[in-house]
Amino acid sequence: MARIKVPIGPQHPALKEPESFNLVLEGERIIDAEVKLGYNHRGIEKACESRNITQCIYLIERICGICSHSHSTTFVQAVEEIAGVEPPPRALYIRTIIAELERIHSHLLWLGVAGHEVGFDTLFMYSWRDRETVMDLLALITGNRINYGMNKVGGVRRDIDSEQARLILESIDLLTERTEYYIKVAVNESTLKVRLAGVGKLPRETALSLGAVGPTVRASGIPRDIRKDDPYAAYDQVDFNVITNEYADVFGRTLVRIYELLESYQIIRALIQNLPDGPIAVKAPRKIPAGEAVSRYEAPRGENIHYVRTNGSEFPERVKVRAPTLANLASIREMLKGGFLADFPIVIAAIDPCFSCADRMIRLSGDGKDALWDWERLRNYSIDWYKLRGIDFSNR
Amino acid sequence: MDLVLKLSYMLIFPGFLFLVLYAMACEWVDRKLYARFQNRVGPPWFQPLADFIKLLAKEEIVPEAADKIMFRALPVVALAAVLTSFLYIPVWDITAFHSFPADLVVVFYLLTIPTLAFFLAGWHSTSLFAALGSLRTLTQLFAYEVPLLIVLMGPALLAGTWTISEITAFFVANPGLLAVNLLGFCVALVAIQGKLERVPFDIAEAETEIVGGPFTEFSGRLLAITRLVVDIEMVVLAALISAVFLGGSFGLGPVWGFLLFLLKTLLIVGLLALFKSVVARLRLEQMMKFCWKYLAPVALFQLFINILVKAFLV
Repeated sequence: MARIKVPIGPQHPALKEPESFNLVLEGERIIDAEVKLGYNHRGIEKACESRNITQCIYLIERICGICSHSHSTTFVQAVEEIAGVEPPPRALYIRTIIAELERIHSHLLWLGVAGHEVGFDTLFMYSWRDRETVMDLLALITGNRINYGMNKVGGVRRDIDSEQARLILESIDLLTERTEYYIKVAVNESTLKVRLAGVGKLPRETALSLGAVGPTVRASGIPRDIRKDDPYAAYDQVDFNVITNEYADVFGRTLVRIYELLESYQIIRALIQNLPDGPIAVKAPRKIPAGEAVSRYEAPRGENIHYVRTNGSEFPERVKVRAPTLANLASIREMLKGGFLADFPIVIAAIDPCFSCADRMIRLSGDGKDALWDWERLRNYSIDWYKLRGIDFSNR
Repeated sequence: MDLVLKLSYMLIFPGFLFLVLYAMACEWVDRKLYARFQNRVGPPWFQPLADFIKLLAKEEIVPEAADKIMFRALPVVALAAVLTSFLYIPVWDITAFHSFPADLVVVFYLLTIPTLAFFLAGWHSTSLFAALGSLRTLTQLFAYEVPLLIVLMGPALLAGTWTISEITAFFVANPGLLAVNLLGFCVALVAIQGKLERVPFDIAEAETEIVGGPFTEFSGRLLAITRLVVDIEMVVLAALISAVFLGGSFGLGPVWGFLLFLLKTLLIVGLLALFKSVVARLRLEQMMKFCWKYLAPVALFQLFINILVKAFLV
């Protein structure tokens, strides 16, 4: 059978963000896949270097629309470590509650997207309706549905009062009931099951060697979870299970996410019940002493790593962000190979990709463009590029 | 006078004009029910008409490399085929507007033409996604067409005729025998879900995989026509199923018979919408497997029951 190459992306209905996958097909079978990144480079790391720490938190929070709290917490933790600031326990508890609420909203969103990718729009509508419950909670506590703006160096910016705590517990009860229903749907609905089971296989060894993270690696039977491995915030104060299973396919990843929802509900219940009294923040210095730190965080999609280096001024000298999607992209090729064209949307969706979070650089090739450019040269190049098209940015 | 009546039957009621409007109404019912099943509000009643008018006003883009004549002609061919097929299906009466021996086979053939036309249209639009979609459309055809034809043979066998009007007349005379074909009715519902390319068999237009399938390159008026064809096909198939499996209008005369026709077609549309909302899309090879491994044997079993009933009871 003749081989054809199908370009999926940068623009394609299955992709919520631009990314390019070139699939080599033999009939409906995928023989090989080529993953190209770099359509979403926003220069956030560079932009952080010219902003003070408080402004950086605002910017870092906007790396991702879904795991905004993950990124800001990771960054704040790194800065706190350098500055030697210890947030009070209540702040850590509130951070963790928001983190878990965020995981709930991310996993419910994922469930809907997964349903849509396999043409099960009813699941999509149902889970997104239930997701509104947690979105309302987040809006109630923080004032925003996404980009909560809860973190600051030394603590959090808003407290949770008893009325809010009551509403959280009430909503969690509702969500628990709904999640148990989704478990039933995932396990019993045969058309959904045949579309998920055995698709996008990622055996244990491959997952380990390609460095997969989050629910992707946990569905391959590896209990890798930063909340347990390297506890941060208040995770050492609560008891929870790391959900794993041995399916190593999309079905396994679905189950991991749904059962993680139940764990998240347990964590939130425990945290709310044991919420310590006290201040929600301590004063932090404006100028952070020179130093460097690496901070790890279990975002809904997997391990999130930030590296921050400071030089004693109020600006960070270097910020490096490694979003979970980047760690999982390497395994996509393995998961796609040998599968069907029809499975590619769900295989890609199963890592819960966030391409714009992952892009940290663009590499241009050819015409002497592959040499490393410094900032000045890059800036001049962009000014010339726009001048050629009749827009002059040089005087702004 | 006779000519005027015949023309009005073909062009106004219950032919072209009525059919177009009723097809849009059915699309609305389908979409509204689908939305309500999914806990959404759903579109207002005029949405299909508004969509149609809007598409008519849109720019029509024909790909540079496409076969211009085929690309423009095929949607119209498909429309003509489904409109023609409706003339052989009884509406308010036991007999259809036009009827001749073995017209069931002709209607079945005419209802296959849209699928072939969409295959060719996708193929001629020279887009990669359209080509993939076309191949899927054609592959799917072999999955659902055989079970559908086998179950349509059941009532025909009982009535001892291949003529739709006579099958309806037979069941009006022996309403008790309708129950024999219950299994066949269910198989037919599943098969026409495949014929209409709806979830779980919307493999050919799976938007998250191959964008718009055969219709990827279609826009403006041509897209409006293709969508209309699918809507009308749904009504015609519902009417066919109603006439063959549910006894059509039961010969209740123009008014009650017509209302019964509306009720039955809407019931079938409702069942299709319900089916659509509780399943996920299958893969092509899963659909083939399902249709040949389960649907076709069930259809054959139904035929076997019909043979037994015919031999011992009728």
